[in-house]
Amino acid sequence: MGSRVIEVRGLRKRYGELEALRGIDLHVDRGEVFALLGPNGAGKTTTTEVLEGYRARTDGEVRVLGHDPATGGRAFRERIGIVLQSTGVEPFLTVRETVAMYAGYYPRPRDVDEVIEVVGLLEKRDERVNRLSGGQRRRLDVAVALVGDPELLFLDEPTTGFDPRARRAAWGLVRGLVSLGKTVFLTTHSMDEAQALADRIAVIARGRIVAEGTPNAIAGRDRMRTRIRFRLPADGPSPPPSAERGPDGSFELRTDDPTRELHELTAWALEQGVALEGLEVAPPSLEEVYLELTGAEEGAS
Amino acid sequence: MSDLRLLARQVRFTNRAFWRNPASAFFTFAFPLLFLVIFTTLLGGGQTRRGGIAYDNDTYYVVSMAAFGLIQACYTNIAMSVVFAREEGVLKRLRATPFPVWAYLGARVVHAVLVAFALVAITVGFGEVVYGVGLPGGADLFRFLTTLVVGASCFTAIGLAVSGFVPNAEAAPPIVNVVMLPLLFLGLFIPIGDDAPAWIARLADVFPVKHFFDAAFTSFLGAPGFEWLDVSILGLWLAGALVVGVRRFRWEPSR
Repeated sequence: MGSRVIEVRGLRKRYGELEALRGIDLHVDRGEVFALLGPNGAGKTTTTEVLEGYRARTDGEVRVLGHDPATGGRAFRERIGIVLQSTGVEPFLTVRETVAMYAGYYPRPRDVDEVIEVVGLLEKRDERVNRLSGGQRRRLDVAVALVGDPELLFLDEPTTGFDPRARRAAWGLVRGLVSLGKTVFLTTHSMDEAQALADRIAVIARGRIVAEGTPNAIAGRDRMRTRIRFRLPADGPSPPPSAERGPDGSFELRTDDPTRELHELTAWALEQGVALEGLEVAPPSLEEVYLELTGAEEGAS
Repeated sequence: MSDLRLLARQVRFTNRAFWRNPASAFFTFAFPLLFLVIFTTLLGGGQTRRGGIAYDNDTYYVVSMAAFGLIQACYTNIAMSVVFAREEGVLKRLRATPFPVWAYLGARVVHAVLVAFALVAITVGFGEVVYGVGLPGGADLFRFLTTLVVGASCFTAIGLAVSGFVPNAEAAPPIVNVVMLPLLFLGLFIPIGDDAPAWIARLADVFPVKHFFDAAFTSFLGAPGFEWLDVSILGLWLAGALVVGVRRFRWEPSR
């Protein structure tokens, strides 16, 4: 068995006139946490639903756990677990009954109580689903996705609507899955989440993958340059020509060679006898990269 | 686990959830029994002539309410529960598991038919104790049971078909009831006797409720006038509703 769990080449999906996916290539290896990062409407959910077998593709090659998800059938579904925003469970069964019911659908389920404990619902075990809070229901969703002991888990925006504490807890849960040897395919529109969890990220915008790599590699892409920012006194000399004046009156330089640029700038300042107030040197942040890649306005952040 | 055991297990989970849901337990189970008491005590006096024979109205209502119970358990229950399972995302989640959705729907149908037969049994028991009209025997019993089985299948299929036209969970109760309520008045809640206007009888003949009631009524009382044609028309409605139901079936919530 190879280490490649998901392999996608040239995936296209068209809804009538609208081309939702315009040639997606990606791959996910065993034991990896892979994040598909992008704004709403970029094609995250469509991509995920094609991989899960919910949606037929218009074109392209898709292999998930060696199956074509469109025709994978029972053998395929025994090996995946999903947590989608748009799914639910029977409201009138208890937590334990729900997990036990789903456990019965799989050939080699995990222990029901153990799974309930993993998601932290042990003390809610005998509570009916319709009396759980939103966050508890989401954790029950995770329990239901885990009980079949899947090799691959799909998590569609798993922490949307969570408060910071619940979010931390959910992240801990995902890290726990990795230590169980699971492969996780995650979608999110939060950079923090992708950075905190993912081994590898693909950024999707307008139906295309616009960047792909480790969080650090994406942030350190050479097309994005280090930013040097400073202020000059109002009655001071005019700044070097490479600096641009920003809206707040400070000056900004973009450079591929921050060491040299900084040296030249400080030499200039000493020569002119002025202080560079609020001097700041910043590497490109993942957020900046993300906003540029997905074409959002810089001021929107 | 074999598919059959899996199905039986699913029926048990369906049953557990059914009784815990106040809406389904009340409207499907308690409602027909409540109606039975109300109709027989308020409207039970007097007689209706059908095919030249006079029947006591309280006898009429024993059969009428047994039929109503079956329709609630099969049609209303299935239409509502399929819409809710779809809109809650239960069907969508199931589709990602190895459990076949036919088994999920099959468990709902088996459960609905069991509830329907329980309601018929209770109603018939009530009729026996209070009015002394017990189960028929021999050929009539066979006809009665056949009518119940075909009727249950027919109304289950219509429930499935109607669920495909309900856009969201909020719309389910009004739509599901608006479809069936007029039909219940046309030939079930109110006896259509010999002196009813001809156009009423003709209108009622188009729909399955009156055919179901006529076949159940005549076979249950062992009265003349049982027609296999009535049962066949239920079969036609069953086939038509199945085609529509399968075509309109959706996995996914509409939102």
